[in-house]
Amino acid sequence: MSNGPKNTQLKVSGLSIGYARRPVIKDLTLAPFKPGTLTALVGPNAAGKSTLLRGLAGLQRASGEIHLGDTNLLRLSLPEYSRHVGYMPQSLPQRVALTVYEAMLSALRTSQGLTSSTEARQIAMTTLERLGIADLAMRGLDELSGGQRQLASLAQAIARKPAVLLLDEPTSALDLAHQHRVMSAVQELGVERGTITIVVLHDIALACRWCERILVLSPRGLAADAAPSKAITPETLASVYGIEARVERCSRGFVQVMVDGIVCDRDF
Amino acid sequence: MGTWFTIEDGEGRFFRWELCRRQPGGRSNWHIDALKLDDQFHVSHKRAPGPYAAKGGATALKADNRETRVADRSAEFPHLAEYDRLVRRRMAIMAVLATAAVLAFLADVATGPSSLSAIEAVRGIFFPSELSGPKQIIVWDVRLPQAVIALLVGAALSLAGAEMQTILNNPLASPFTLGVSSAASLGAALAIVLGLGWPGMDITYLISANAFIFAFGSVLLLQALARLRGTGPETLVLFGIAMVFTFNALVAVIQFIASQEALQQLVFWSMGSLSRATWDKIGILALILVLIGPFSLRASWPMTALRLGEDRARSFGINVPRLRFMALLRVAIFAGVAVAFVGTIGFIGLVGPHIARLLVGEDHRFFLPTSMLSGALVMSLSSVVAKSIVPGAILPVGIVTALIGVPFFVALIFFRRERT
Ligand SMILES: Nc1ncnc2c1ncn2[C@@H]1O[C@H](COP(=O)(O)OP(=O)(O)OP(=O)(O)O)[C@@H](O)[C@H]1O
Ligand SMILES: [Mg+2]
Repeated sequence: MSNGPKNTQLKVSGLSIGYARRPVIKDLTLAPFKPGTLTALVGPNAAGKSTLLRGLAGLQRASGEIHLGDTNLLRLSLPEYSRHVGYMPQSLPQRVALTVYEAMLSALRTSQGLTSSTEARQIAMTTLERLGIADLAMRGLDELSGGQRQLASLAQAIARKPAVLLLDEPTSALDLAHQHRVMSAVQELGVERGTITIVVLHDIALACRWCERILVLSPRGLAADAAPSKAITPETLASVYGIEARVERCSRGFVQVMVDGIVCDRDF
Repeated sequence: MGTWFTIEDGEGRFFRWELCRRQPGGRSNWHIDALKLDDQFHVSHKRAPGPYAAKGGATALKADNRETRVADRSAEFPHLAEYDRLVRRRMAIMAVLATAAVLAFLADVATGPSSLSAIEAVRGIFFPSELSGPKQIIVWDVRLPQAVIALLVGAALSLAGAEMQTILNNPLASPFTLGVSSAASLGAALAIVLGLGWPGMDITYLISANAFIFAFGSVLLLQALARLRGTGPETLVLFGIAMVFTFNALVAVIQFIASQEALQQLVFWSMGSLSRATWDKIGILALILVLIGPFSLRASWPMTALRLGEDRARSFGINVPRLRFMALLRVAIFAGVAVAFVGTIGFIGLVGPHIARLLVGEDHRFFLPTSMLSGALVMSLSSVVAKSIVPGAILPVGIVTALIGVPFFVALIFFRRERT
């Protein structure tokens, strides 16, 4: 079963991930992720967010431990691993002569444990509908706008019901309304299915609005891991992004970030 | 996105329904969007195992309600009906291609530089006894084998090209991109020049066998090299190009030291020609298509998923390096045998998949068979043209494939319906 029992937690300890001669994530240990929770992973460009996500998705060699319940995921083969973990990559493929619906079908038919074609048809359409793109089903992936393409890509990732869902910048090409609709849908799905969801975001306000936990990753390592109001502080923003910002709660209690200036031209 | 409410079915089981508001044609409507289980459902069934208890959870209920759900939901999605129409249209396209290939095949049998009339030739296929001895030989030992092998080679090369383009994620790839044909040429050159031969074995078979062994070996070598550096498409292409140049250089060396006679044979061999067709070769090629083709088709779903990107495919649990290697082996066999039997016939393996892609897209369940059909069709037409361009002579078909394939291809690009 891809849906683990309700108390299955994701535990990451001593995780290191890197490329040939460039370690990116070094000895990372995180507090357990609980089922049904939505966590944002934020941080500057090249901090290693995508690398961390790929490592967690089992797509990149990693050392350390990733436990889902009692299972050490790093010991599993890729097909087994993929039963537990769903992943949406940051970059989208170009020049693909497939329709949105066909892409959904291939996602469903190749994933483990789902073979019936009637079931795949239903799930494909309900998933597209859920993201409000059912009417794009028969359109070619190449004939979509950038945002529509991103929604189609997200749909491929959430069609299955893995225990852990990793989304790499699912909202980077979306308009204001769609950003929130997508976050709302992802949150709803997480609660419904008990999914542990980790979303890479650049928009801190969006992260604070929808996620109950925020991981702030800097090139030097993990800078914060807490609830939005604890993780997002002027100090963190200054040290991680090199910007001068105020962090205030709005009348509804959501954390808002106002950027006043650039402290130092880090990285430039 | 929806509203939830919980109902009890009277036996202590709880269901959650999600209602979704949609507005077909402007009217607002409430639809049941998903059938869901409340947590209490699990509890109630731990006490009283019912029909759902075997699997438990949402999956079991879904399975249980499959019939009604399918009936309900399919009617709600006009898109599914549209998809079924699309599938039927693709089937029709494949049927048209197949018919065209059969017609091209008949035309192929009917044309040729001899006094046989077209009608006589076609009748001769079905009623061989009606023909006089020499005419029977022309039809059955010359025209038919060539026409049949044209179809088979076209299908094999085009299928190989389609798989190659997918695994290399490169629309310019062909079965020969990674050096299969260069390796085959080297094998053939060695056999021709060194005149190696086992007693009792026909030299033409030896050339073919050697060509195939080299072609197949080149892919194994490629894979071994790629394994050391990761099997990404870039690595494969780079090593493949290195092999193309190495093999071509070796062939050039052999040509340089070869005798005049051997050189002539070698040059003629490497120009693709159907005149080497025999029923034995047809048997082998057909057997290979029948035995290995199904493996290509069986990999349709993962190959389609690979089009969505390598990381994405891997996140579905697909072992991409293995998928690539198996596809590469199939390509080596298809292309290796084709080259071994009829020499290097370029362009078919490039244009066949492109025609298929324009016609049916890249769902490999349709893409692969359509590639085979379009490859067979173009090859067959090429064979007809090769016999008719210069009166009384047959051009090597390898020269003609581009001449016939390009107009076909360009026409498709121009007349392609803009999908909206
Ligand atoms: N394939 C690769 N090979 C080598 N180094 C890489 C590779 N991909 C990324 N890197 C390096 O790893 C570091 C982290 O990259 P990563 O893609 O994880 O950043 P990111 O936080 O996702 O950035 P962004 O916000 O721009 O997406 C960067 O220094 C990058 O240059
Ligand atoms: Mg990234």
